[in-house]
Amino acid sequence: MTSAPLRARLATVVLLAGLALLPPVAAMIGDPYLVTLANRAVIYGLAAMALDLIMGYGRLVSFGHAAFFGLGAYTVGILSTHVMQGIPLAFGWNGSNEALIAWPLAMAVSAAYAAFVGVISLRTSGVYFIMITLAFAQMVYYLFVSLPAYGGQDGLSLWLRNTAAGVALDDRTGFYYLCLGVLVAVWALLTRMVNSRFGRVLQGCRENERRMRALGFRPMPYRLTAFVISGALTGLAGALVANHQEFVSPALMTWSQSGQFMVIVLLGGLASLVGPIYGAVALLVLEETLVSVTQHWQLVLGPVLVLAVLFFRGGLYGALSGRGGRQ
Amino acid sequence: MQLLLEQVLNGLQFGVTLLLMASGLTLVFGIMRLINLAHGSLFMVGAYVGATALAYTGSFLLGLAAGVAAAALTGMAMEALIIRRLYRRDHLDQVLATFGLILFFNELVRVVWGRQPLSMDTPAWLSGHVTVLPGVPYPSFRLAVIAVGVAVIALLYVLIMRTRVGMRIRAGASNREMIAALGVNIRLLYTLVFGFGACLAGLAGVMAAPFLAVQSGMGEDILILTFVVIVIGGIGSIRGAVAGALLVGVVDTLGRAYLPDLFALWLPPASAGTVGTALSSMAIYVLMAAVLAIRPQGLFGGAHD
Repeated sequence: MTSAPLRARLATVVLLAGLALLPPVAAMIGDPYLVTLANRAVIYGLAAMALDLIMGYGRLVSFGHAAFFGLGAYTVGILSTHVMQGIPLAFGWNGSNEALIAWPLAMAVSAAYAAFVGVISLRTSGVYFIMITLAFAQMVYYLFVSLPAYGGQDGLSLWLRNTAAGVALDDRTGFYYLCLGVLVAVWALLTRMVNSRFGRVLQGCRENERRMRALGFRPMPYRLTAFVISGALTGLAGALVANHQEFVSPALMTWSQSGQFMVIVLLGGLASLVGPIYGAVALLVLEETLVSVTQHWQLVLGPVLVLAVLFFRGGLYGALSGRGGRQ
Repeated sequence: MQLLLEQVLNGLQFGVTLLLMASGLTLVFGIMRLINLAHGSLFMVGAYVGATALAYTGSFLLGLAAGVAAAALTGMAMEALIIRRLYRRDHLDQVLATFGLILFFNELVRVVWGRQPLSMDTPAWLSGHVTVLPGVPYPSFRLAVIAVGVAVIALLYVLIMRTRVGMRIRAGASNREMIAALGVNIRLLYTLVFGFGACLAGLAGVMAAPFLAVQSGMGEDILILTFVVIVIGGIGSIRGAVAGALLVGVVDTLGRAYLPDLFALWLPPASAGTVGTALSSMAIYVLMAAVLAIRPQGLFGGAHD
């Protein structure tokens, strides 16, 4: 955000520089696992940033973003499986392992499902919207659990990672920088978007829907567009996570996965776009720390979340920019 | 025909479990404007404590009482410590805080009872069969669940519509400040309403435990179905909860029983099984989408946010 105080902007520069410098540092201290961990934070940060677009700027509390995440991941997984097994997917096409084909397709599949969910759920608001997005995500979850052709409950292993324009993505560090680049590009794109006329209308409808209607704006097309963009970007994050884990399963689509994205947005700071990057890193550090202390780490994480909701409303980015409460 | 009747009864029995959950959740939402994800955790607490008390005492009724009491106490403690602070927050805060509570409770039962699922037996005096129609025997425990559910809902109706406490609850729902100004202890009233909802969740948990594996996370499966019930019925409406719960219970049960066979009529057996199973697990969500496409506010819903 252009209006962020210097302290917050400095912190963001430090955060991004830290993420960029992580692979050489990890190599130096001989802990390559750090890169794998940070890669997860980058991908989850991307999904949560996409969620922040609608949750922060549109106050559309989607509890079903795991569906878009999972659909993106499964698109990559299914295309790859068909290539490896040589079984035609449709119209004699055997699928593809090429990221330039698979990732846009993953975004398109997630966007299409987001359009379907959005058309129905955006007719409602508030608690209804929360419950309906959750229910539709659960529907996709059950669909994939009951598809034995694609592994059912057990999921699919990717035989190979995708190639990007023919270049293999097997190198851990290279893939990490690719994900980080995608994250920064999406951040730049969304920052422009929320400050554009489109973004202003979206925020206007969040603040006062009746007034926006009186000004001649119909909220629905704006909200639906934002919802579909958010779904597509979450699908992209899903395509990345499929390559990162080299494995996709219905676990990517569980309700708790959706909840985790919301938690990341909350911890990082709602309606800040960059906040979810803070949130993803913070949640990961918190989890890893707690896991090293006790196997019952969720016993601690749960109350920490409750306390964060009650007393830490602006999230990390809010605290940095001196914006204690919600906008 | 006889199988169909049995399946419809199974659907009703499942519907009654959903109804107990949905009426508590919708009562809390209708009155306090609170969405509580941890309602499923109360269901789980009821099931765990009920199963454990049954194992120790050998008495199903004692297990039932213990499960309901544990859920009610947990619910009221939860309300007094945390939920109370969330009434005036927006729904996002409520969702996130109660999501944190779910993580806590799911881990807590793993610490206390371990990772192995518990199982619970039906009591001996209810494990026989009743002939509901000539030639159609039906397990008496399932019939008892249906009967208890119907009785509880009748009680709920009388309590809300015919008693002084119910009158205050309804008044509190329409104007919180006014009823507080009239000298009603609204904080206590809210705690009681929340505790009552928790009782219903605990009751549902104990009565469903013999059909389910009692394990960590069991509350969320039923919670999401309960949301579907509430969305279909219309939020805040007990009548809607009744209609939605029975509809979802019957559609889900019949879908699982018949859809695979139905598809076998025109698809090859192998793919019919797959398509049928996939679609039957999606049936209630399709139903929800259809209802919403026609009536976004649900079957009996008013204008709530």
